[in-house]
Amino acid sequence: MSGHEITLVVNGVARRVSVPARRLLSDCLRHDLGLTGTHVGCEHGVCGCCTVLLDGEPVRSCLTFAVTVDGQEITTVEGLAGPDGMSAVQRAFAECHGLQCGFCTPGFLCTVTALLRENPAPTEEEVVEGVSGNLCRCTGYQNIIKAVHRAADLMAEES
Amino acid sequence: MKPAPFEYHAPREVDAALDALAEAGAEGKVLAGGQSLIPMLNMRLAAPAHLVDINRVSALAAVETTARGVRVGALARHAQIFRSAPVAAVQPLLRQALGLVAHPAIRSRGTVVGSLVHADPAAELPAVLALLGGSVRLAARGAEREVAARDFFVGPMEAAIRPGELAVSAFFPALGARSGTAFAEVARRHGDYALAGVCALVVLDEDLRVSAARVACIGVGPVPLVLDVSGHGADWASAARAVQDEAEPEADIHATAEYRRHLLGVLTERALRAAARSAGSDDGEGEGG
Ligand SMILES: Cc1cc2nc3c(=O)[nH]c(=O)nc-3n(C[C@H](O)[C@H](O)[C@H](O)COP(=O)(O)OP(=O)(O)OC[C@H]3O[C@@H](n4cnc5c(N)ncnc54)[C@H](O)[C@@H]3O)c2cc1C
Ligand code: FES
Ligand code: FES
Repeated sequence: MSGHEITLVVNGVARRVSVPARRLLSDCLRHDLGLTGTHVGCEHGVCGCCTVLLDGEPVRSCLTFAVTVDGQEITTVEGLAGPDGMSAVQRAFAECHGLQCGFCTPGFLCTVTALLRENPAPTEEEVVEGVSGNLCRCTGYQNIIKAVHRAADLMAEES
Repeated sequence: MKPAPFEYHAPREVDAALDALAEAGAEGKVLAGGQSLIPMLNMRLAAPAHLVDINRVSALAAVETTARGVRVGALARHAQIFRSAPVAAVQPLLRQALGLVAHPAIRSRGTVVGSLVHADPAAELPAVLALLGGSVRLAARGAEREVAARDFFVGPMEAAIRPGELAVSAFFPALGARSGTAFAEVARRHGDYALAGVCALVVLDEDLRVSAARVACIGVGPVPLVLDVSGHGADWASAARAVQDEAEPEADIHATAEYRRHLLGVLTERALRAAARSAGSDDGEGEGG
């Protein structure tokens, strides 16, 4: 069962781990590496809360086998903050009340980080479309969408 | 929800992938982007004994654009084709369709060829291939064949691919002169599979009259429904009624058959109109939506 020795560069640190081929990346991060910031909801790609960045691109960690991404770079919610503290996206979510229970938040933060990297000044429609693959069951989407625009403003001010 | 155990194969070359598939036979499955297969494994709707992961076969990532069309390798991701300017210049319908396929995080991993093989009756890309008259290239150990779209989609979630075969690429013919395309669909939420969708191709003659018009419809039958509506000239409402008459949509928890038929009429008219508009403009860029 066990038996694939892989190396994942997680939040800048090379981590060696031995996993069975069927280990989902989400479970590898949470169980093998103890990084429980990545949440798991539906495990079939719909809710988005397991979204992480793979070589900078947003992916569903529940729809990726850890062995497949051997050698690649992964950024989880734990890796979004910089040496100076929370990232602009994280601060914007806090400021705009973009989270309540926080279950969906790691997925939103990773998704929005990638969205703003590709499109630093998205329109309302682009924001709505950009977060349409992430479900939130308690905050409601208005504040989340506000937070995305606020993050874009913060990033523009700080660059 | 966890996948059942399987034997994992991670070839780096096409030949090694074909060997692994040949040995696994009916017990083997190809793992491409995993965006349809892994949900099925997680829910244990599928439990293949062997998985042949093609993510390291870099030769399969190639995308070739020529004046004839676009050949998309099996490892080309939705996101890569969606962003490609050369692809959009040769065949704009790919970008129009991919904007409607799932969400960015799914598009980063999902592959165009995987979507064709998966053959979901509500998926956009099979309709694109069927509308354009494209084809899929299948390889097995010591053999290769090119299967036309009309023979490739045989039923819901069923493509004409045999155990031991790998789909290595798909070919999407280029957009001709004075031609335009468009994709129109209705989904519950952006990125969901469509309740119904229609992609259209309109070709004009030198006097800008309609010389050919064709649609492919999704979500209203077991495979993409391709219909020639050239006989209706630019009377798109009449073309839409003809399409409604031909289709035999079914009811499910998302929509009644009647509602799907209604959507089909509205979407057919919308897609044909947008395709004709872009055929009349020089750049050939139609609209999605
Ligand atoms: C939340 C969500 C929403 C989605 N929404 C949409 C949508 O709106 N529209 C849409 O079209 N799709 C949608 N998808 C599906 C997505 O587009 C998939 O990526 C695609 O259908 C399959 O591509 P893949 O590369 O991920 O294939 P995989 O999941 O790896 O494979 C799918 C099937 O095809 C076979 N296969 C794949 N590649 C090959 C090959 N080269 N040779 C032989 N067999 C192969 C596999 O064995 C498997 O049976 C959605 C998926 C999710 C999770
Ligand atoms: S847990 Fe991965 S998308 Fe829901
Ligand atoms: S904050 Fe509770 S689910 Fe989104």
